[in-house]
Amino acid sequence: MTDLSKTPEVTPAKDGAFLSVRDLKVHFTTSDGIVKATDGLSFDLERGKTLGIVGESGSGKSVSSSAIMGLHRGTNAKLSGEILLDGVDLLKVSNEEMRKRRGRDVAMIFQDPLSAMHPYYTVGNQIMEAYQVHNDVTKREARKRAIEMLERVGIPQPDRRVDDYPHQFSGGMRQRAMIAMGLINNPSLLIADEPTTALDVTVQAQILDLLQDLQRDFDAAIIIITHDLGVVAEMADDVLVMYAGRAVEYGPGKEILTHPEMPYTWGLLSSVPDLTASTEAKLIPIRGNPPSLLNTPPGCPFEPRCDHVAKVGGDLCKTVLPELTPARSGGNHTKRCHLENPDEVYEAEILPEIAPDLVED
Amino acid sequence: MVAYIIRRIVVGVLMLLAMSGVVIALFFASPIDPAQFACGRNCPPDRIDETRQALGYPDPDLPPLEKTAATFETWGGFLKGVAVGRQYPVDEKLREAAPELVTDCPAPCLGYSQNNQMTVNAEIVENAPVSISIAMVAIVIWMVFGILFGVLAAVTKGSLVDRGVVGATLVLYAFPTFFVGALLLNYVAIKFGLFPVPGYVSIADGGVGQWLVQLILPGFTLAVVYMAGYVRMTRAFVLESMSEDYIRTARSKGLKSPKVLFKHGLRAALTPLVTMAGLDFAGVLGGAIITESVFNYDGLGKLAVAANRNYDLPTIIGLVLLLGALVIVANIIVDILYAFIDPRVRVA
Repeated sequence: MTDLSKTPEVTPAKDGAFLSVRDLKVHFTTSDGIVKATDGLSFDLERGKTLGIVGESGSGKSVSSSAIMGLHRGTNAKLSGEILLDGVDLLKVSNEEMRKRRGRDVAMIFQDPLSAMHPYYTVGNQIMEAYQVHNDVTKREARKRAIEMLERVGIPQPDRRVDDYPHQFSGGMRQRAMIAMGLINNPSLLIADEPTTALDVTVQAQILDLLQDLQRDFDAAIIIITHDLGVVAEMADDVLVMYAGRAVEYGPGKEILTHPEMPYTWGLLSSVPDLTASTEAKLIPIRGNPPSLLNTPPGCPFEPRCDHVAKVGGDLCKTVLPELTPARSGGNHTKRCHLENPDEVYEAEILPEIAPDLVED
Repeated sequence: MVAYIIRRIVVGVLMLLAMSGVVIALFFASPIDPAQFACGRNCPPDRIDETRQALGYPDPDLPPLEKTAATFETWGGFLKGVAVGRQYPVDEKLREAAPELVTDCPAPCLGYSQNNQMTVNAEIVENAPVSISIAMVAIVIWMVFGILFGVLAAVTKGSLVDRGVVGATLVLYAFPTFFVGALLLNYVAIKFGLFPVPGYVSIADGGVGQWLVQLILPGFTLAVVYMAGYVRMTRAFVLESMSEDYIRTARSKGLKSPKVLFKHGLRAALTPLVTMAGLDFAGVLGGAIITESVFNYDGLGKLAVAANRNYDLPTIIGLVLLLGALVIVANIIVDILYAFIDPRVRVA
């Protein structure tokens, strides 16, 4: 059994952080063993700032954000660590207290707005419901507020569309309505779980603009979960790259995108198509598949897919899990890799492959 | 929507038309002479012939081709009766010979039962209220308890309560209806006297209270079989809808669990249940044969059994068509209901 209380790499919370997640672990007990969906995740987020969490499917992004929402309550998930929202540990509050905070302090919007909305109730009904549960208001007031919010998120003729059913909305409008639903109680933290994945590219940009707009107005902290580095580049102040339930690279967004020091991040960058890059730039997928989170091996979880194991020497990668250590470029940038000189490897081997025009001769 | 319903009704009428033809054809293709049954035991041959003419049956001794033609004629006579009504005896000479015995059967005439000495319509009017009453009480019992226990099993999934509920309804399901009925009749009604010994009392005779009390035991007996199915289906549908994304949305809004379960979870699960209930109700109306026999209620089921035993063709055709029509109508009603339940269907 893993000792959940052992916390080897906890860094103290930053002063003034509005949301502070410390060594969050979400483990599921299954008949095959314990699935460590999230295993020791720490990050901080200030009001008005955006954190992008990036990673493949199954890397623990959604599980971690569901933990912040308290959505694992009532399941067989075992949670440990701390989730401090404005100084209150969300893992310690009662179920009823968490329910009251859900939607009011912390709100979430989901990937596929069609399935995330109930097909049998009108959009207005579902938005009003979110408002009425946290505010003692009449139906008429709630409806007025719902129409206001629909207008705010850019739905045309909101007083008429409020009585439409979700299937009568287009994909982009549904996501706008979801955002209206999420923001109706002025939550201080908004978690957007792949908010643009199910949308057209043109609509994606609109939704991201809307989110940034609203963030300014509401001064909310946003966690945006995505596997799209383009979204991260546009939205995120900080970026957290997750792999196999752990943070493998964490730091300021610009830093991570320009000087990544972890081979997994390199892989993610290599697999992004870039329309402006020269046609010689290759699109390189990461080989292999994400590891099972059941009985994870002792070493670096990325080792079986990593092209740079040989540079480390010995079987360090196979046997020892690298710690989250400050990157060579300094700053608040941390990475989890055994490589001695990841910055040089990136400059020499990765950059020429993905962005030949950026390499100085 | 209106055009769709009209189309469904037209198709339904055509199906009923075909059904009546098939039943009549099968009936006269058999070597048994229904006229003899209608006439009764120890009936002299000339009386049998007379009965046959009175009912408009084809002569079984005709060569095959003529017999087929005569059968078609019988079918035509039946359809004409349904459309404009007819008089019995069918044969004009017999009517003239004994005008005091002529029975008028106005449209839609389903035929005349020689065995019971009354029109099939009158038989149905007499027996249908009993069947409808039992079926109504039964469907209420099985829907209420089926959904209640189904939801209970779903929310306690995997626990002892869940297994207990599903197991208990399965055990009840395994008991044959005549056993459950006889058990309730002998113990609950006769020995312990918790309910009056069943006997149908119409609302007109005894008021709603007595009507209902008299129907609880047969209604429950009939409901037991369906309850197990509805418990399991409700459980499965609720579990399915509770794992949908919109439930996660509802929870992340901060809604209280009962509201998440009933407003969001159960609502979606009800749609397929309503469909099933509509069809099962139609089936139960004529299919409560055993229950009606055990409690000695003169409903459509009992009428059908007696008609089969006596080779009472008009009654059988009448019941087949009635129940067929009920299933068709139930289907149409369910489709219309669907539009009210599911907004996505409304537009289409």
